[in-house]
Amino acid sequence: MPSYSVKVNGKSLTVNVDSDTPLLWVLRDELNLVGTKFGCGIAQCGACTIHIDGTATRSCQMQISMVDGMEITTIEGLSKDGSHPVQQAWKEIDVPQCGYCQAGQMMTACAFLKENPNPSDKEIREAMHGNICRCASYNRIEKAVKVASKNMS
Amino acid sequence: MESKNNTFNFSRRNFLRTSALASGGLLIGFNILSACKSDAVMPVDVESLNFNDFNAFIRISEEGYVTIFSPNPEIGQGVKTSMPMIIAEELEVAWKNVFVAQGALDNKNFQRQVAGGSQSIRFGWDALRQTGATAKQMLINAAAKKWNVDPSTCTVSEGIITNANGDKLGYGEVVKEAATLEVPENVPLKKAKDYKIIGQEITNVDIDKIVTGKPLFGLDYKAEGMLYASVLRPPAFGKKLVSFDDTKAKAVNGVTDVVRFGEKLKKIENQASRFTSITDKIAVIGTSTWAVMKGKKALIAQWEDDGKLESTEDHNRELFKILDGKKFDTRREDGNIKNAFAKADKVIERTYESPFLPHNCMEPMNFYANITPEKMHLVGPIQTPAWVSGMVSAMFDRKPDEMHLEMTRMGGGFGRRLYGDFALEAAEISGLTKKPIKVVFSREDDMAAGTYRPAIKYRIKASLKDGKISGYHLKEAAINSNMYGLIPNFFPAGCIPNYKVSTGNYKSNITTGAWRAPYTNFLAFAEQNFFRELADELGKDHPQLIIELLQNVKGTKDERIQYSGQRMEDTIKLVVEKSNWGNTENGVYQGFAAYYSHNTHVAEVADIVLKNGIPKVQKVTVAVDCGIVINPTGARNQLEGGVLDGIGHAMYGSFTFKDGRPQAVNFDRYRMIRMNETPQVDVHFVQNEESPTGLGEPGLPPAGGAVANAIKVATGQQLFSQPFTNELSTKSKVLG
Repeated sequence: MPSYSVKVNGKSLTVNVDSDTPLLWVLRDELNLVGTKFGCGIAQCGACTIHIDGTATRSCQMQISMVDGMEITTIEGLSKDGSHPVQQAWKEIDVPQCGYCQAGQMMTACAFLKENPNPSDKEIREAMHGNICRCASYNRIEKAVKVASKNMS
Repeated sequence: MESKNNTFNFSRRNFLRTSALASGGLLIGFNILSACKSDAVMPVDVESLNFNDFNAFIRISEEGYVTIFSPNPEIGQGVKTSMPMIIAEELEVAWKNVFVAQGALDNKNFQRQVAGGSQSIRFGWDALRQTGATAKQMLINAAAKKWNVDPSTCTVSEGIITNANGDKLGYGEVVKEAATLEVPENVPLKKAKDYKIIGQEITNVDIDKIVTGKPLFGLDYKAEGMLYASVLRPPAFGKKLVSFDDTKAKAVNGVTDVVRFGEKLKKIENQASRFTSITDKIAVIGTSTWAVMKGKKALIAQWEDDGKLESTEDHNRELFKILDGKKFDTRREDGNIKNAFAKADKVIERTYESPFLPHNCMEPMNFYANITPEKMHLVGPIQTPAWVSGMVSAMFDRKPDEMHLEMTRMGGGFGRRLYGDFALEAAEISGLTKKPIKVVFSREDDMAAGTYRPAIKYRIKASLKDGKISGYHLKEAAINSNMYGLIPNFFPAGCIPNYKVSTGNYKSNITTGAWRAPYTNFLAFAEQNFFRELADELGKDHPQLIIELLQNVKGTKDERIQYSGQRMEDTIKLVVEKSNWGNTENGVYQGFAAYYSHNTHVAEVADIVLKNGIPKVQKVTVAVDCGIVINPTGARNQLEGGVLDGIGHAMYGSFTFKDGRPQAVNFDRYRMIRMNETPQVDVHFVQNEESPTGLGEPGLPPAGGAVANAIKVATGQQLFSQPFTNELSTKSKVLG
């Protein structure tokens, strides 16, 4: 199997997988970073959202051969100790119910707030609409993004 | 049973035991299921049992720290936080000194572990309080013995015991002695006004792990030597496997084996056929999830018909045939319904229709199994571990005590994880291959091999006489099973003198099961939509009509009646007040619905605005009577989610079949509610000191009805079926 080098959460790593293996499964099965979740496999739910060179991306749609050499950040790499303002906001608002989709929600929110540090309510609702929460904790996700925005500014 | 003076008299020895820990400290074990029933006794002599027979524990260390092992699986309903809060309250410790862990899993007696149904808090309330209070009393008794004083002269605050002289001892300093004492009887419980933890906003105990992406869920579980399996199941309900070619599948990198399986499942066919297709299936096994998913796509399989290949049109025809026919079971009948209709001034009859719905838990179904000659080891997200354990033992002709079953946190349940088909598959594949196996469903597998909410149609007929509702006849035509026994005794039973509930049934080979708030998730829409129309017909305000009807059930001697007229009235009055009912600003249209289910009274008002003629839900005000609110932040979270879930499925949930084949298998063709479509949910609790009830389900049922009723006011259009988008599409393309 071919070999690929990736930089995940600041660490340079080499993986030997088929070229069409989605980054999602490389992270989960090969690198044991299971915080990134599998939801649909077709980029419709956002559970697998990570950052590639700082941009929020669906890892289920990124084949390993497409990200060779790129910098990848997962939920595990957002902060050392859960201290990122988005993580703090998620705690303050007590967002999760089952919690499964929340890593993807937070990764989307982080990248969005970097682009748009002071978003309007409408901008938040539009930016987050790609991430499904089956428990429908949407009101709290919305509030947490606002709190994070305030705390980051 | 709880007596009036707030003490308990039933023997707690039946479910509670203490022991000194080798590492120092005190361990208190209790059996949550036995404890939760006041008349329950342990099945065997309690003295002969060890701590494996208890499924929940309190551990108090010599440093005074308290660890509470929460017994119930967490599916997002918050019990891992709220149940330990109840113990900590009576134990009289500071919440900051409490750690919560998922209960240690018991490899012999796991069948006493319980899961969900909006009942955990309701059944646990007395037992959890009593456990905490008993532990506290033992610690006080130990301190009093040390001081040689009467325990009744001692007080406790935040884990520190103080005597009349002002001497102090921490819990940690007396745990060794406490472990040697008798378990006291008749321990007093705290009064609600003295609560320090119950009623506080306590953040979800797993929050740190969730926000940092730690392994918590079944899909995150890994074991030494574990292989992944992806299963090819029949492409349609009513098909069975003939043969297959696995040449290409086996050529995929990482695929180690392809096996046909299903013989073991046939041994338990009678129990399993309701929720999984009984036919051979094909498992592709390999070293990574991606390899087995790819391998499965490369399989070429031949299937043949093994029964009816049903389509949605067939279901519609069959359900209407039931509604139009005479083959019904009578589930409740009061007065003389025929007479009421014969003498009516006016009779109104309406039919309401709902589709099948998949559960769509965000974490697709998965399970780990390792079946070896020594033991059977299962790990994963499951709400019914006892059932799965029994079935797997039966499949392999093994004794249940050879089973070790562990439960993980669940990425949503909504009823889907009551059915352990995925665990049975993992076990059979592991047994066949003699390997530790993790079965992983793709989203397509998850949606196509569901235990769906069945399609149901309701026909409701009411008679009006002298400005009153004199008769009410509800007919249910459902697929596979009908409303459970308590529902015919919900509102408006007892409120209308001539009342009847009839149910009829069509048997399908499509697998069905419980889905969040079974039956009531749609019945509430039909009923509250109908009452809104009756209110319009009678020229009355909808909430006012319901309150008037509720007067008739107050003081009823009918023990079958499930709800309280007074509590429902108070709940309705609260939502009327908080929603500013009838006094909204221009351009805002309101709809109301009230519904009792899962022992909880809920009333909701939806506020709708029209944007370019398209109805948009802006806000939902919720009033709820769930008794004492244990954890307001967790309680509100459940209600916010329940309301949005109810609205999402009422508006968009559409799941149809063509020749036995689901017409949507992923989120590209199955529409879920998203953030930009959600209203703000504003939750208010009725303040009282009634025993607490669960909130996982009861917030959902009224939501669809409240929205439909608001749409009627806003647009004049009455909605009779879900999803609303189908009916509304004649007027407006998009809703949201």
